[in-house]
Amino acid sequence: MAEITAQAITTQAITAQPPAGPLRAADGAPLKLSLARAQRRGKLRAFALVAPLLLFVALTFIAPIGEMLFRSVENQIVPDNMPRTVAALADWTSETAPLPSDAAFAAVVADFGEMIEARNHTRVGQRLNYEASGFSSLFRKMGREIPRIAGDPRAGLIEADKAWGQTDTWVTLKRFSGNYTPAYFLSAVDLTRTADGAIVQKPENERIYVYLFARTMWISLLITVATLLLGYPIAYLLATLPLRTSNVLMILVLLPFWTSLLVRTSAWIVLLQQQGVINDVLVWLGLVANEARLQMIFNQTGTMIAMTHILLPFMILPLYSVMKTIPPYYVRAAKSLGATNWTAFWRVYFPQSTPGIGAGAILVFILSIGYYITPELVGGTSGVFISNRIAFHITNSLNWGLAAALATLLLALVMILYWLYDRLVGIDNVKLG
Amino acid sequence: MLKKMMAGAALAGLMAGPLAAQTTDLTIVSWGGAYSNSQNKAYHEPYAAQNAAVKIINDESSSQAVAKLRAMNEAGNITWDVVDVEGPDSQRLCDEGLAMRIDFDDWLAPAPDGATATADFGEALINECFIPQIVFSTTFGYRTDVAAWGGKTPTSVCDVFDLATFPGKRSLERGPKKNLEWALLCDGVAKADLYDVLSTPEGVQRALAKLDTIKPETIWWTAGAETPQRLADGEVVIGSTYNGRLFAVIEEQKQPVAMLWDYQVFDFDGWIIPTGVPEAKMPVIKDYIRFATDTQRLADQAKYISYGPARASSAPLVSTHAELGIEMAQHMPTDPANRGNILVNNIEWWADNQDEVEAVFQAWLAR
Repeated sequence: MAEITAQAITTQAITAQPPAGPLRAADGAPLKLSLARAQRRGKLRAFALVAPLLLFVALTFIAPIGEMLFRSVENQIVPDNMPRTVAALADWTSETAPLPSDAAFAAVVADFGEMIEARNHTRVGQRLNYEASGFSSLFRKMGREIPRIAGDPRAGLIEADKAWGQTDTWVTLKRFSGNYTPAYFLSAVDLTRTADGAIVQKPENERIYVYLFARTMWISLLITVATLLLGYPIAYLLATLPLRTSNVLMILVLLPFWTSLLVRTSAWIVLLQQQGVINDVLVWLGLVANEARLQMIFNQTGTMIAMTHILLPFMILPLYSVMKTIPPYYVRAAKSLGATNWTAFWRVYFPQSTPGIGAGAILVFILSIGYYITPELVGGTSGVFISNRIAFHITNSLNWGLAAALATLLLALVMILYWLYDRLVGIDNVKLG
Repeated sequence: MLKKMMAGAALAGLMAGPLAAQTTDLTIVSWGGAYSNSQNKAYHEPYAAQNAAVKIINDESSSQAVAKLRAMNEAGNITWDVVDVEGPDSQRLCDEGLAMRIDFDDWLAPAPDGATATADFGEALINECFIPQIVFSTTFGYRTDVAAWGGKTPTSVCDVFDLATFPGKRSLERGPKKNLEWALLCDGVAKADLYDVLSTPEGVQRALAKLDTIKPETIWWTAGAETPQRLADGEVVIGSTYNGRLFAVIEEQKQPVAMLWDYQVFDFDGWIIPTGVPEAKMPVIKDYIRFATDTQRLADQAKYISYGPARASSAPLVSTHAELGIEMAQHMPTDPANRGNILVNNIEWWADNQDEVEAVFQAWLAR
């Protein structure tokens, strides 16, 4: 009845209006406009409702992260503290003359005067030391020597430290005289610049980050596959068993999930170490000689085992929630139509569970790519990830610029993978529940 | 009745107000564990007994002190008052302008014989920001019950590199500092030439080549507690760590472990004051530091942990362990019997070269 009325009204409207004129609302305004106005009000109200959260996220999450990531290119400390030197070096290159003009030497002395006053010289020295070893002690030494330089700045500086008579010192100063620098990003992919400005690979024995990025990806991939292989049957059981049994099983999945990460990691150390429970049992059974106990932890194996265990719930839960929605009679129907168990599973059940696989895999992979604490504790040297190096540069070496560059690359990598995944599988096909 | 109670409460509030304002919080950052405990017993408790108005708050963040101080400084909100750091970290904090420069003779108490603080601390004053407390060393401990060693015990640091005579797993710190020096010493470099050799890329490679000989048998540590734990578990047979940790394993936990003092690496640990602490707090901070670093207090700390006091005048006052009753002097890294061969970290050299050498070392480790 209602349909018919609506149809009747539309027909009436169409016949009543001349075909050329726009649809109008009761107040005579074009319908499109008044509809948009009404919708805008609704949108504004909705926006006002989420605005507090949006503001909170922007202030406490996006802004600090953006600020941190910005450090990967920032180099203001040099031009801010040595403005005269930066200006004096502007038109000097190592090709025109091995050493810059007297004005540059005078500028260095003048800049140091102010930096020592503000006690900033050692800080600038630290910054430059990331690029070339020796600047830290050179600048510290200048803090003592500069006030003693009375006569000719050039002679005085070179006498204070012979580094000022070397072209490399000035080349480094000039190269890092800008407000922004690509140096941290170059370092983060094991590249460096030669004296003449060409970008080359670092010496073989200093290359580490590309290797670590690759290792992080590879181990994360293995962990994802391992959690899938272990988690799929468990999720299947959970989804198909009667509710009473599956609830008990569910608790077994969730209990470790609720247990502290550190406790679970430490438990693996107790189990896997050479004098640990598993090795003891193997020796007792006579499967392994006492002198040849297995090394299962403090290496890649340790990282893989511990992280697979820790991330397993992140695979099981999405799988379970998807499998729960697959009606059991589909498989029964397939079997009644003559499919074998395998065909029924592979052709009917499995394709329906793929959204869960997608969700679980992407969750586990992205979580493990940025994992830090477990590789740090059980990874030894062969099982540490890129995140461990980022943490090292934040807390130990204080090279926050490099840490920010590595973190930016990691973030970009995750974004690219996410985009690729979207292209290949389609993010709409992912279900978390 | 109700009115009376309210008036009483208001009165109590009035009285509590000024009283509460008088107590000052003093946030002291240290390493936690047995070390913080020794500071509690030797410094904090006696100080609190004399100064009821000061409330000491312990924070155990020293291992991240440098990074956290930098973050606090950038945020312009310094919440720490006194921070315990190692010598090399104090150098970086001083270089970065994050630690206050100290006038030692003004801040610190003179020795009982009247010698100035500068003279009493002597070479422990490694930079202008650092108020030393203790000398500690990084040295090796080994298990005394390894059957495969046939009754031999290691006597030289080079025995760590001798897998034929002393087979078994080693535990070394996951960083180049100290390891490279030991490796070069055992590769035939004279102690005097160490840093000259290390200053060349070939020198670093030479040290790494020496470490290569034991790399498959080595587990690397980042926290000082790891080696003692692994030694006690029998997971490693020999390993480096801080001497106080080994003392705890040997004397307090009675594990079959012994010290190898050869070429122990000396380091200082002490206080720094963050730049930018509120001016109002300075008198309390100064008062605490003066108290906690006087001759008696530094000697007292050695009753609880086997680290040597940084003042020359404290050494004769070192007595017995507070609970075990054993003579502490022989367990100090500075004891003449233990300091036959020693190394002192060249802080200046490491400040310059740490970043580059670290990169080489980590690349070597990762493969």
